[in-house]
Parts: sequence; C-alpha cells; structure tokens
Amino acid sequence: MASIRGRLITILIISTGVVWLFATAWIFFSTRAEVERVLDARLMEAGRMVSSLITSREIESRRPMDLTAQLTARSRASYDRQLSCQIWSLNGDLVGLSESAPSERLTASDTGFSQTEINGETWRVYAVVNADVGVRVLVGDRLKVRNHLVNDVIRGLLLPMFLILPLLAGLIWLSVKRGLSPLNRIAHDLERRHAADLSPMPAVETAQEIAPVVQSLNGLFGRVAGLRDRERNFTAFAAHELRTPLAGLKTQAQVALASNDGAIRDQALRQIVVGVDRTGRLVRQLLDISSVEARERSDHHGVVEAGKVLRALAGELSDAARGVTVAVAPDLDDLQLAIEPELFTLAARNLIENAVNHSPPGGAVFCHAERSAGSDSIVIDDDGPGIPEEELPRVTERFFRGRNKAAVGSGLGLAIAELALGRSGWRLSLRNRPGGGLTAMIAAAPPSHG
Amino acid sequence: MRILIVEDDAVLRDGLSVGLGLAGFTADAVETCAAADAALRSSEFDAVVLDLMLPDGSGLDILKGLRLRQQDIPVLLLTARDGVDDRIAGLDSGADDYLGKPFDLDEVAARLRALLRRAAGRASAVLEWQGLVLDPSRLEAEKDRQPLNLSRREFAILHVLMSHPGQIVSKSRLEDKLYGWQAEIESNAVEVHIHNLRAKIGPGVIQTVRGVGYRIAGEA
Repeated sequence: MASIRGRLITILIISTGVVWLFATAWIFFSTRAEVERVLDARLMEAGRMVSSLITSREIESRRPMDLTAQLTARSRASYDRQLSCQIWSLNGDLVGLSESAPSERLTASDTGFSQTEINGETWRVYAVVNADVGVRVLVGDRLKVRNHLVNDVIRGLLLPMFLILPLLAGLIWLSVKRGLSPLNRIAHDLERRHAADLSPMPAVETAQEIAPVVQSLNGLFGRVAGLRDRERNFTAFAAHELRTPLAGLKTQAQVALASNDGAIRDQALRQIVVGVDRTGRLVRQLLDISSVEARERSDHHGVVEAGKVLRALAGELSDAARGVTVAVAPDLDDLQLAIEPELFTLAARNLIENAVNHSPPGGAVFCHAERSAGSDSIVIDDDGPGIPEEELPRVTERFFRGRNKAAVGSGLGLAIAELALGRSGWRLSLRNRPGGGLTAMIAAAPPSHG
Repeated sequence: MRILIVEDDAVLRDGLSVGLGLAGFTADAVETCAAADAALRSSEFDAVVLDLMLPDGSGLDILKGLRLRQQDIPVLLLTARDGVDDRIAGLDSGADDYLGKPFDLDEVAARLRALLRRAAGRASAVLEWQGLVLDPSRLEAEKDRQPLNLSRREFAILHVLMSHPGQIVSKSRLEDKLYGWQAEIESNAVEVHIHNLRAKIGPGVIQTVRGVGYRIAGEA
C-alpha cells in the first residue's frame, strides 16, 4: 500500500536533490570560469610588470634571481610559487628565469596566451615582447594549481550545503508529517470508531482538501444509518407481529392441555393448525418483503406473459372451501408486460390472495386487462367489502390492517405488491368499485417516476 | 366473574375466551375498539383484557375513555410491544397490569384474579364466610373443612355472592356474570343452580330476597 507521506517525502527529496545538484554544477562551472579569468588577468599583469621593470632597469636582465624573489613576494598567499617567469632575448637566448620556472622554454608562441606541456605538466603562459630592450617575457602557471584553487573554492561552497542537506531532509519529513496530520487524525478517528457508531464525523479542524472526503463519509454514514434503522425497525416490527400469533398458538395449546373436554381440545387443536398456517404465511411474507427490498431498482426487465402467470395463480389460490373462485379473462392471454417475472408473480400472488381473502363465501375474483393508448394494465376485481376511503392511502403500509381486514390477513400483502411493482417500474393503484368490492390495478408508472 | 377480551387476532381471541372460561371466568370477546366501547357502555364486566393494536385504533383510547367515564374496572393490557416505554405509557393511561405476548394462559388468569381481588379490597386469595371457604385459583370450595363438589356455574354463583357478602345480587346480574352474551339460557337456569347449591352447602346460607335477588346471609 503506497503511503502518501512516503511518496511526498520521496518526491520532495528527489526534486530538492535535483535542484541542489543543478545549482552545484552551475556554481562549479561559473566559479572555474571566473577563477581562470582572474588568473589569466594576473598572468597578463605580471608579464607586463616584469617587462616594464626591465625597461626601467629596475631588474637587471642578467640577475634573474632577484626577479623571482620580488615577484613571488607579491603573491605569497596560500599558493607558493604559483607563477614562473622566463626572459628570453628576441634572438632566442635565455636571459633569466625565476626560481620555480623550468629551464625549457615555456611556450613556442611569440605573444599572448598559450598552453604548453612541459615534463607532463600543463602550463598556461602569457608572452609579452619588450622591443626596447629586445627581450620576450614569458609568465606562466600550472593548470594543476589552478584546478586545485578552483576545487578549494567549490569545496568551501559545497561543505555547508552538504551539512544543510540532512537538515533539509529532516525539515521536509517534519513538514510532510505535520501537513498530513488532519488525514492521520481522520484515519485514527475512523480506526477507533465502533462498528455501530454511524454518527457524522466532526467537521472541525478539517483541512479544505479533506472536507469533501469527510462530507462523503458522513453522507455514507447517513445512508448506512438510515438503512440500518429501517432494517432494525422492520425486524422489531416483524418480531412484534410474530408475537401475537405465537401468543395465540401458546394459548390454544394450553387450552388443549388443560381441558378434559374432547370437543374443546379438538377445537383448540384445529385453531392451532389455523394459527400455524397463518404464522407460516406471515413468515413467508416477511421473507418476501425483505428479499424484494434488498433488490436494486432496475430498468432491465424480463417479459412476462401475464395470462399464463395469472392462470397458474388462479388455480392455486381459488378457495374451494369458501367457494371463492378466481377467473382470468381471455383478453389477458396475449398480454405481455415488460416486468421482472419474479416480481410480477409476487405482486400478483399477493393481490389475488388479498382479493380471495376479502371475498365473501361464494364470491368471485376477476382478473382482466385494461388497454389504453400507450400502456396496458392488469385489473383484479373482487366483491369484498372494499377499503374505507380514509384508509386507502395507508393500506400499503406494512402491517396496516384496516377495519375490513380478512381473518387471515397479515397486513403485508398490499405492501409487498406495491414494493415489488415499484422495484420494476410499475405501480399499484387501488380504488373501491362503485357496486362494492375493490379494484387493484397494476399499471405502468408515470415516466417521471422512473 | 365476567371478563371482556378485546383482541383482533382470531386464534388468540378464541384461545383466551376458552382458556379463561376453563379458569372459571365468564369471558366475552370483541375484535375492535368500537365493539369494545359499545360492550363496556352496555354491559357490566369485572375486568378487561385489552390488546393495544386494534384495527380501528389503539387499546389505549378505550382505556382512556373508560377512565374518563369514571369506570374503574381493572384492565390488563396484553400486547406485543412490551418495552419499558410501552409499559409506562400503558400503566400511565390507567391500566392496572401489563403482560407481553406471548404470555402464559395461567398467568393471565392469576393476574386477573389478583386484579379482581384488589378491586374488591381483599388481600387474601381465598374468600371466607362463616365456615365457607372459596379458592378461585383452584376452583375449589369447602364448608366446615369438608370439600364441596360444585359445578363450574355453582362455583361462579357462590363466588359472586361471597365477593360482596350481604349485598343483594339480582337474578339478571347473576345471569350476566354466569353466561355473558351466550344466547340460549333457560329462564330458570339460575334458580336451578341456586337450588343445587343450597342442597350442597346446606340451607340458610343463600337467601332469596323476593322480587330483588339473592344474597349471602349474615350480619352485613
């Protein structure tokens, strides 16, 4: 895992190093050029000085020893005997030379600057001709000494810089650490956070750059907390809803145990069977609703042959004991809907079940198509008591059971149907029929809805 | 003792009616707030077993209505929601006791007996009157330490009369307490039970006040 701190430090140190190297190279070359210019100027000056001394007879060209002493006394700093001097007559005889000068002629060139190799050493020489006296003065110094001088200067410059370098690295490290401290703090906060703690992170002391991250995190926390609360509510609600049928089962079982009367016992056992059926159905519906809820809303649907599905459900859900029949109109046979088959079946099953449960004995549930320009709908009519108008907006709430509730109702059927249809871009609409009974319609959701 | 059960779950309602009947109570059951309200206004009950979540409202509304009308009959709340907050809300609305679902049938009966006892101002679980001892929790009775073999109805009549010694209880009230809304009662059923009771516990204990009703004899 790449660390931002490591990366920052590497980048900073490499770029500082490159800049530093570049600066050093620059200093090196410019210093050397400057030193050479100064030394060349000195050669020239020394040459002319010797020449003028000869002219004014202050130096006897026959006494070269004095010359050396005088010349070297002037430049005796840290570099002893830098300069060497030779005086040649114009016709090629060596008139005199300084102490450090080689006996060979320093340069072959007649006048100006030149470089010569003598005894493996490179010399820089300046030649000046004194026509009045008839001599040529050659003044030179060794390149080795020059380089030594340049290197000393560069070394003097570089040493402090080398000492500064680790200090600089330390400063970079500290700055990066300090600059990243808001990130570290957030990481630390997150690390210490309890899994159940979904409260938003404090916005104080957050750097501007991290604020969006904190905001997104808080947004995520909010969504997760919402989801968790919904699930928690649902679980709590489901648990509560299961308690009543369980209480019924236990009570009936205790009645059966306590009674000596065979008729009472049989009745209690029959009630237990009814209760187990209802509880089983409630559990199935709870599982249905949580599985539908877990699905993401999607626009990629399969295609359902509505007639086929409804006919299968009709056969399964007709209540022979109470004489309630479910009829499917022929106009549904060639109706195809763009809807996830599983969700459609779930919705249709709950709607038909609801219709059957609310129908009076001998009643009929009728499924048919309603075709209009643009979209087709499926309608399920029953001749039960309908839903009081003021309860209509609430009947699709979970566990809502209205006044006209069916004996076996869980209050979940319509909620499941609405949720399943909504997940696949359809909607459920309920209305009371003018002659009594309820109409449940599966219709395409308005486009704005998704 | 006549109990009104208000519960919308059919299986549980039936179980409570039958179960409390077996425990010696006369139980009538309704399903909705509206029916419960009507029953409480028209008939006399000794206690109410009340569910909180009803199809047409909350049981707490029934409870508040009862207390507003100054009806102080004992109310036992039965509910799926039994968190501390729910219990507090229930008790503060005027409930006398609270049981979370699923409960034990025997516990419901025991708590009802305790509520009735407290409502009558008695501390003892057993009723005693001049050698006559009644134990409602076991539906057992004895006279002068001799066990009596009473039928459920006979026990119920004796229970009603001994709850308020000396007080006259009308025949129609006895019928209510014995049968609730049960439709077909023989017109002389109470007389028959009284007759049989007198044969078992001896004459002179239950007095007939002609034209008014019955009472347990004694210096009341």
